[in-house]
Amino acid sequence: MKRFVYADNAATTQISDEVFSAMEYWLKEGYGNPSSIYAKGRDAGHAIEDARKSVAAALGAQPAEIFFVGCGSEADNWAIKGTAHKLAAKGKKHIITTTFEHHAVLHTCAALEKEGFEITYLPVDEKGLITAQQVADAIRPDTALVTIMYANNEIGTIQPIPEIGKICREKGVWFHTDAVQAVGNVPINVVEQKIDMLSMSGHKIHAPKGVGVLYIKKGIVLPNLIDGGGQERGRRAGTENVASIVGLGRAIEIACSNLPEKNERVRAMRDRIIDALLEIPMARLNGDREHRLAGNINISFPGVEGEALLLSLDLQGICASSGSACTSGSLDPSHVLLAIGLSHEVAHGSLRISINDWTTDEDTDHIIASVPPIIEKLRSMSPMWEHIMKGELVLA
Amino acid sequence: MLYSDKVLEHFANPHNVGEIENADGVGEVGNAKCGDIMKMYLKIQDGVIMDAKFKTFGCGAAIATSSMATDMIKGASIEDALKISNKAVVEALDGLPASKIHCSVLAEQAVKSALADYYRKNGVDPTPIVGEIGECDACHVH
Repeated sequence: MKRFVYADNAATTQISDEVFSAMEYWLKEGYGNPSSIYAKGRDAGHAIEDARKSVAAALGAQPAEIFFVGCGSEADNWAIKGTAHKLAAKGKKHIITTTFEHHAVLHTCAALEKEGFEITYLPVDEKGLITAQQVADAIRPDTALVTIMYANNEIGTIQPIPEIGKICREKGVWFHTDAVQAVGNVPINVVEQKIDMLSMSGHKIHAPKGVGVLYIKKGIVLPNLIDGGGQERGRRAGTENVASIVGLGRAIEIACSNLPEKNERVRAMRDRIIDALLEIPMARLNGDREHRLAGNINISFPGVEGEALLLSLDLQGICASSGSACTSGSLDPSHVLLAIGLSHEVAHGSLRISINDWTTDEDTDHIIASVPPIIEKLRSMSPMWEHIMKGELVLA
Repeated sequence: MLYSDKVLEHFANPHNVGEIENADGVGEVGNAKCGDIMKMYLKIQDGVIMDAKFKTFGCGAAIATSSMATDMIKGASIEDALKISNKAVVEALDGLPASKIHCSVLAEQAVKSALADYYRKNGVDPTPIVGEIGECDACHVH
């Protein structure tokens, strides 16, 4: 039988059995509206508050600082647009971010630019990192917000969030971080790391899709995201997605427990894959190797096109991802790979493998055994590889 | 990306991959920046395409259209091969996603480019026969 290896955990994850069983009751029997006065409603309300406590505990926050939303993108939109609109009244119309954020941040910033806000896009270096000094240098008297991702979704690089938080706090600028890829993978404490707002998503940590969180530090009052009933203390109205919220609460407890042990095991598998795949001629690792999520592998194989590589891997039962134009749905390859200085030619041949603590050593073996012959086959039929080998195409 | 079974079949086991030594016509279209390059080799005898082979750098659709296009022109007269449009290649593959139609255009252009090379090698101006071979529309955006 063909082996199935799911190695696209940065895209989404499977709901775990523990999360599913925590949710099941609330999908069926526990259907009461949390706003209702009777026991069936109150029970649902308590379940949400328990989940809120779990999230708060995992992030080092207070339960009252946790707001449940529909997804990570919603959290990003609320934090950035909410801050912009709130502080514009005080003449603060400048936002600092980076060139390689998730589109939920970049496109939100672009929308604000059209409204007249000014955005500074900090460049990342060739390793996919920014420095706290870059942030310090970019802060102006009219800066409303600094929004910088905790860990990059494509190349897995982890930014110096505590240092950035410190600078923002000193300068009195609100600091938001998109931590969708970081929660459950990196130790996070919003107090110690001086984070004012943090976005996260359930489906990256084995909870269902359709639920996320925005942490908003006490004292910051953003404009309501949805006006309506009193849910989420009136800030984000709409009857709660009780089962999914419960699922997220359970998932974050599991994801944030035994983090060092889990990361050590995942990192060992990651390093084994990276070392093996870098033996392929001209392969290059994208993103810094040290400041990197334990489960992220992103490698370019010049002469090969990413989508063809993914389809070939799929034939071997392996699910992965790529930053090629064909898979990005546009004519340009991934903005992240271009931001760290890759040429279009090299970016087209990128492969992202994202493993986690569900990944086994056998999965790792299967990936290591499958990729090299696929690259060899695709290169043997690639005129681009022929041009590279003949020295007719020199890659930057 | 919702590919038809036919596309996946041609991607997984592409027909006519390789080179032809001393080919009568060789054409290459596309570029590495766009993420697609197709190179086509033709063996031509008495106005008939006796053999066709290709090498392609590109996505699943690019490889599948190369495979299908070479299948379709093998054994055809040059006149008939020139009549094979990208639409015919798409139909033979049971359709392509809208964002992948340019791959079939590239395949048509690769055939024309190889035929143009054949005419040039025989001292004939290919333009009146093959027509202008432009860059594919998708690449014009760059």
